[in-house]
Amino acid sequence: MLSLNRVSKFYKIGTFGGKELAAVRDVSFDVNRGEVVSLIGESGSGKTTIGKMVLKLIEISRGSITFDGTDVAGIKGGAVKSYYREVQGVFQDPFSSYNPIFKADRVFTMIRSEYYPEMSRSDWDAKVETALAGVSLEPDQVLNKYPHQLSGGQLQRLLVARALLLDLKFLVADEIISMLDASTRIDVLNLLAELKDRGMGILFITHDLSLGNYISQKTVILRRGVVVEMGATDKVFGNPTHPYTKVLISSVPQLHKKWAEVEAEIQAHGGDHDGVCLYHEAYPPTGQAGDGPGDRPAMVKVEDDHFVGCFDLGQGICKA
Amino acid sequence: MSLQVTDLRVYYRTLAGDVKALDGATFSIADKEIMGLAGESGCGKSTLGNSLIRLDGRMKYIGGSVNLDGNELPIWDQTGMNEFRFKQVSVIPQYAMSAMNPTRKIGKMIGELVESRGISYEEIKSELDRRVDLVGLDEDVLNRYPMELSGGMKQRMVMVISTLLDPSLLIADEVTSALDVSTQRAVAETLVSFRDHGFVKSMIVITHDVSILYQTADTILIMYAGKLAEKAPTKTIIEKPLHPYTRMLISSLPEVGVRYETKKLVGIPGSPPSLLNPPTGCRFRARCPLAFAKCAEEPPFIKIANDHEVACWKATGSDA
Repeated sequence: MLSLNRVSKFYKIGTFGGKELAAVRDVSFDVNRGEVVSLIGESGSGKTTIGKMVLKLIEISRGSITFDGTDVAGIKGGAVKSYYREVQGVFQDPFSSYNPIFKADRVFTMIRSEYYPEMSRSDWDAKVETALAGVSLEPDQVLNKYPHQLSGGQLQRLLVARALLLDLKFLVADEIISMLDASTRIDVLNLLAELKDRGMGILFITHDLSLGNYISQKTVILRRGVVVEMGATDKVFGNPTHPYTKVLISSVPQLHKKWAEVEAEIQAHGGDHDGVCLYHEAYPPTGQAGDGPGDRPAMVKVEDDHFVGCFDLGQGICKA
Repeated sequence: MSLQVTDLRVYYRTLAGDVKALDGATFSIADKEIMGLAGESGCGKSTLGNSLIRLDGRMKYIGGSVNLDGNELPIWDQTGMNEFRFKQVSVIPQYAMSAMNPTRKIGKMIGELVESRGISYEEIKSELDRRVDLVGLDEDVLNRYPMELSGGMKQRMVMVISTLLDPSLLIADEVTSALDVSTQRAVAETLVSFRDHGFVKSMIVITHDVSILYQTADTILIMYAGKLAEKAPTKTIIEKPLHPYTRMLISSLPEVGVRYETKKLVGIPGSPPSLLNPPTGCRFRARCPLAFAKCAEEPPFIKIANDHEVACWKATGSDA
């Protein structure tokens, strides 16, 4: 339903915007109905930038994003409103997403005045109740309260409920559980999985590999704005191929395995791919210009539903 | 016995009354022990850490004693603590990224710091260089400003500064939380190496991330709502926890390898009680699936096996 086709984003930096910084370069992937795709990267990898482009909060520099066949960049005027009826985002910090002066349920009222001005009071209340039930919140616990009276998990679920009031088809969840406590974060995570089961497409942006692994069907690993590895989650995590993915997975603190054990495991598993760049295997450098896709990102298929793009990004990782 | 804390109580003064953030903590840390301190936000873990080094204006010392290497720490006395601060007890603050003076070159700032403790910069320079090298930084960083360093570099620099005077006890408060996974691992491993090199005798590592503790800590202390819940060697806490809160907390953590499709994790229903007016008896009672009549009495934090202390009537076998 959502499709990114070679999307790039350049920011102008320096005095008078004389320099360009590529935050995202040629990123392509799809998110289908009833699918959670996790976008994993460290800080500065461009993961939030991609989320913002999907939500039309910033412009796309190059490439295109299509939602159900419509080019997102071309949506203008009144059509923007109907786009937001179907596509919504929830962000990292639930405490700063609310205006502390107003009660938290004002976010619902604003949806009503914007999208459902004609709806009767009782119909609206029923709608709110359904949305709250959808995120397992009790109406009397959260309505009529100020943001500071609610917990982070409650606030975050209210924001998801707000999105559910619309005819939501696609949700961008940008680090929505990083600020929550261990005992509540899993509930919000399960909530996303339930929404997915109901047919929603979710772009789950995170830096936490274990969360991405838990919830998503597809994983996209970003490094400095470039996709280095993507595919079915079990394949990316089960058989990490790009050196960067290996580093990431071996650095995740685990509960029953020490770092050294994980590293040894991945080393042993790496087998024949270890140290050899698949990009170079697919496009051996012959010294002539014009062979292979040059410096453009090209994903090489390692197995079904598992693609790796390995480039020498200046760290001497690539040995070929 | 390096550190012995007995019935320590520290409250926060607010207009609404005292918030009982730390309500009776008794535990000890052995020489060479790295103790992890974990719990949800607001459980009092940072209050415990801070109270061992500096009580800020809002914090009120109520009672209890802290004994470090045979000396009583006058933690209620701001000026009296000066003698111990940084020499006996030191801290790596939660936001080490912004802990350094931005207007001074790092070397000069360290010079000013050690001179305030009556030690000349020249005297300590060679040791400083050795340690900067040890944490994997270039000697040249001392001639640079903090803004020229990345987050992980700053974090490691602050770690070197905090331990320069070889304190007996080091408190590391959420030092890995704001870092990317690969940097997180480097920082956590540096912490352990500080203990191994004898720069610090014992350490309290405060974090909400139990999996980081599994990688670094020898023992783990779990706190809940201002009280100690359970303390045991790391392996016991992760594999055979006795307190229902610890059990639910550990089982709600997503790990690499755990998927929503195959194993659905559950959170802990409810939320922690307000510490303004905490309930009597066991504070976890309202959320605990095992709660029974006896829980209306407060369970003592007692030793049930070698190195294993727990505050739960069920775990201590008082089922009657």
